[in-house]
Amino acid sequence: MEALPSLARLLLALTIFSSLSLLACSSSLQDLQIANAERRIDVTSHIIKVFLTLKVENTGTSPVSEVLLAFPPTQVDHIASLKAAVTIGKKKKKSYVPLEVNPTELPDAPNGTKYFKILLLNPLSAGETATLEVLYILTHSLEPFPAEISQSESQLVYYRDSAIILSPYYIKQQTTFIRTPSTKVESFTRVEPTTRAGTELKYGPYKDRPAYSYSPVLVHFENNSPFAVVEELVREVEISHWGSLQITEHYTLAHAGARHKGVFSRVDYQGRSSGVSSFKHLLARLPPRVHSVFYRDQIGNISSSHLRTDYRRTDLEIEPRYPLFGGWKATFLIGYGLPLQDFLFESPDGRRYLNFTFGCPLADTVVDKLTLKVVLPEGSKDPSAVVPFTVQQHLETKYSYLDVVGRTVVVLEKKNVVPEHNSPFQVYYSFNPVFMLAEPLMLISVFFFLFMASVAYLHVDFSISK
Amino acid sequence: MVGKPISEHVNGGTNTSKTTSPKPFSSDLLSNLSFKTLKLKTKQQELLIRVSILCLVYVLAFITRLFSVLRYESMIHEFDPYFNYRTTLYLTEKGFYEFWNWFDSESWYPLGRIIGGTLYPGLMVTAALIYWALRFLRFAVHIREVCVLTAPFFASNTTIVAYLFGKEIWDTGAGLVAAALIAICPGYISRSVAGSYDNEGVAIFALLLTFYLFVKAVNTGSLAWSLASAFGYFYMVSAWGGYVFIINLVPLYVLVLLITGRYSMRLYVAYNCMYIVGMLLAMQIRFVGFQHVQSGEHMAAMGVFFLMQVFYFLDWVKHLLSDTKMFQAFLRITVTCAVGVGAVALGLGTASGYISPWTGRFYSLLDPTYAKDHIPIIASVSEHQPTAWSSFMFDFHILLFLFPAGLYFCFKRLSDATIFIVMYGLTSMYFAGVMVRLILVATPAVCLISAIAVSATIKNLTQLVRAKDKVPQTGSTKGASSAKGSSKGSIDQSQPFQKNGAIALLFGAFYLLSKYATHCTWVTSEAYSSPSIVLAARGAHGNRVIFDDYREAYFWLRQNTPPDAKVMSWWDYGYQITAMGNRTVIVDNNTWNNTHIATVGRAMSSYEDEAYDIMRSLDVDYVLVVFGGVTGYSSDDINKFLWMVRIGGGVFPVIKEPDYLVNGEYRVDKGAAPKMLNCLMYKLSYYRFGELTTEYGKPPGYDRARGVEIGNKDVKLEYLEEAFTTSNWIVRIYKVKPPNNRW
Repeated sequence: MEALPSLARLLLALTIFSSLSLLACSSSLQDLQIANAERRIDVTSHIIKVFLTLKVENTGTSPVSEVLLAFPPTQVDHIASLKAAVTIGKKKKKSYVPLEVNPTELPDAPNGTKYFKILLLNPLSAGETATLEVLYILTHSLEPFPAEISQSESQLVYYRDSAIILSPYYIKQQTTFIRTPSTKVESFTRVEPTTRAGTELKYGPYKDRPAYSYSPVLVHFENNSPFAVVEELVREVEISHWGSLQITEHYTLAHAGARHKGVFSRVDYQGRSSGVSSFKHLLARLPPRVHSVFYRDQIGNISSSHLRTDYRRTDLEIEPRYPLFGGWKATFLIGYGLPLQDFLFESPDGRRYLNFTFGCPLADTVVDKLTLKVVLPEGSKDPSAVVPFTVQQHLETKYSYLDVVGRTVVVLEKKNVVPEHNSPFQVYYSFNPVFMLAEPLMLISVFFFLFMASVAYLHVDFSISK
Repeated sequence: MVGKPISEHVNGGTNTSKTTSPKPFSSDLLSNLSFKTLKLKTKQQELLIRVSILCLVYVLAFITRLFSVLRYESMIHEFDPYFNYRTTLYLTEKGFYEFWNWFDSESWYPLGRIIGGTLYPGLMVTAALIYWALRFLRFAVHIREVCVLTAPFFASNTTIVAYLFGKEIWDTGAGLVAAALIAICPGYISRSVAGSYDNEGVAIFALLLTFYLFVKAVNTGSLAWSLASAFGYFYMVSAWGGYVFIINLVPLYVLVLLITGRYSMRLYVAYNCMYIVGMLLAMQIRFVGFQHVQSGEHMAAMGVFFLMQVFYFLDWVKHLLSDTKMFQAFLRITVTCAVGVGAVALGLGTASGYISPWTGRFYSLLDPTYAKDHIPIIASVSEHQPTAWSSFMFDFHILLFLFPAGLYFCFKRLSDATIFIVMYGLTSMYFAGVMVRLILVATPAVCLISAIAVSATIKNLTQLVRAKDKVPQTGSTKGASSAKGSSKGSIDQSQPFQKNGAIALLFGAFYLLSKYATHCTWVTSEAYSSPSIVLAARGAHGNRVIFDDYREAYFWLRQNTPPDAKVMSWWDYGYQITAMGNRTVIVDNNTWNNTHIATVGRAMSSYEDEAYDIMRSLDVDYVLVVFGGVTGYSSDDINKFLWMVRIGGGVFPVIKEPDYLVNGEYRVDKGAAPKMLNCLMYKLSYYRFGELTTEYGKPPGYDRARGVEIGNKDVKLEYLEEAFTTSNWIVRIYKVKPPNNRW
């Protein structure tokens, strides 16, 4: 069963090699070559971080303003985040300047290779070199094998990649390091020179590889880190101009590792160190000064949680009702209030804006689908959101306590969210403070008329006959 | 302070000109200008005090029931409320018609249950209406909050009805006392704390309202009041099966009035209208249907209805016939004929099967020993046991002593209304003695009768205290108390110690009443506010330890089993599994099919291979047992097991109770019966328990709930496998393995 995909990959690689000759003709790509490439792949958790350092050299004649990164189509869907920076200065004074990265298409991409385009700050003129730092994050790229394990077994996973960096450029020299969580590595593909030391696997150095070289490798190793995947997360941020921000987060959490098979024994779980691949604790990092925190699910409060606060941040340690084994799910919801002055500001043009953190507060989790709803106060107008990455946006209306026209809700949706997305975003809107008084006035008038009615009732004689 | 008198003056002036005040305008003006501007007239004072007491009682009745929310959380309690909550949720989501036509395939697998036709919808409809009303007013509440607070809200409403009822049968004072007593009476609180979302929560309100309206109708002879009481009856029928008590008590009361010669046109109007309209309305409830004309339990009401017509006819004939002798003869013939026709009709009806005989539940109410011999499933429920004296004391406290005193006062001032409350009190006290849960029905009567005692006593005492300065204040005292027969204190004015004695007695009464208040609050907070889903205990350091195992297991079922999985458990947990676990169950708390429950009981008490066949035939995927051996939780399945054997054995004679006992003793240790040590329930409860050390200094496999070391520590399962056990082992879930391959 497992042989087939790897065979397919081999075929793919072969076809890539065979089609290399056709690719020679693409002109602008030939101007650049990569002098040195170093790739460090961190597979210690289920969120794979790949650090890629490229030393790009312009060997052509005309200046080049963009550098392409190539990814096989199977990998590109799993890229949650891709960031690039250029290093400026030497050793001590080294600093990183982030660069813009956009997905792009090439007309003659071999075998559906996908590309990302890094826009350089200054065009790279002929003969110059630049050092680029690229960080990309892969999710759902560790395949548990065996796919089903019992309570006492630990979890083994496959990681698939290429020993040689897929690139549209000629690479003079390259090395790939893979860091595994433990020394327990069942097997790995050898593409000489390959060395293994401790928790690190080293592929390379390989010299003078032509563009689109590909050499599939398969690493089979133990990984018992919690494969916590939030399949769906709906965060609702409700702004009340009376001084508080109410956040409610609905989670659908799953253990995305090897599926649990057979019995679950409480004796074993309590006693010996079994169930190593399961997890029980989750940590939610909340902003400082939270109040009225709750943690519950459809059937009521979950009593196993701890809240630690200090002036910089709040740690909410939660436990699902039961330990999560592979394939088990838990849904729950967390809610908390925050002081408004920490998050709501007035922009110079008189509009208000909410400055809040995108992403998921749970540490080390992948969110497959994140929906962030910002519920603006009733009567606010012209909402607009500013998010540092592409999200889907639309507006909704929500009715809460004593609402007449409803509150505008700015809905932001993003798929495949990792902790790197926990960056601030802004929602701008204009609001007239008079609307704040609408609801208290409604209540006051209701009570006023109630008392008036009872006064009137007590003083008017309703009887027909005397 | 300066502005106030002037505004008072202006208001007073306009008021007097609008209303027809007895005082002339000038004197009113003068009194307003005087320094006693803020002093109210006695009547106003009385109204103010009365209204504020009622408001306080209303609020008190609500907040004293919130202990459970404060101690735990806003959640549904116990077993039946989970079904009610689930159906209410369905009603609010899908609408009334879907609810009414709901066939629930998630319970009683594979039979299913027609929900709309087998439940009293009053509670759900009430909660849904409150929910929709709040939603309409833009209060974004969750339906769960509405359900949790429905019972306290109706308890508050009951205090108002108790006030009105007390006012109707005695006087305003008695009404106020009754409202205050019923607001905190533990007998009522036990079924109406926040979260106990059960039929009784609204039914006691409906019951008391129906009685009040009926008594009002009898007192006034007004068609409007008796119509109102018919609607009250309709609400009661829609809410709770206890309506049978009304439909039997009211005819009994009418019969007593007829016998004691208190027949009147008022009674005739009240009863006939209430019976006919009430019956027609009650037929609209599908679960009740035509029982009013077809069931033996409702025949008394019909018989009395016909008797009333005979009485009316005789009255008319008596009016026409001047000759007493002829009338006597006519009377004899008519009565004989009427009784004969009635008896023949009843006999024919019963013989032809048109009129169903009394049900077992009804029998068990009249005869406390009936259920024990014939219907083990009723006898197995702890709240169906006969009441112990201690629980009377626990639930009524001083009311238990005030009740006879109140009866005395009632007999002293006999009227149509007091006869009713006496009959209600006596009959419901009898039923309360038969079944623990019926203390609830007796509570309003006990509170009302006790209130009469308290109110009458205190009124007499205060009159003694105020006897000296009675002369100048006669008018005001009369105005304050509309009672007539209580001014006898002035007779023995000469006795010197009387005043002091009265003061001492007053203090005594206040002491008792304050003790009552303390007791009620204590009972509410300690005994009746635990949700029974979440168990709390004190840890070694005095901290609170929470055992949330039930929800852990139900949520595990909900999240990690296939959506169509069938769960077999003892029927107690059926409602909770469907509501919280959202999975299909074999049997649940509805207990409508005894055979089905007996099948489950049989499976639990058989050997594993026999049980496997039964479970295969029922398509069971998971088996859930409750086990308290680790935590010392005593109401677990092992302790309920003998009832499973009895109920299973009642239908399947293969299961014999003596097989599980040793010398008539039920034990789980080494000396237990071999069948006990190897039956499915034992195996599932104690699977791998023998490896666990539960208590320091005790051998492994020490059962803390029963305080013994278990007898079979090496439990092997062949056809089932452990699927989940909660953190404190309270709930254990097993998966039924698929059958082995044939080769």
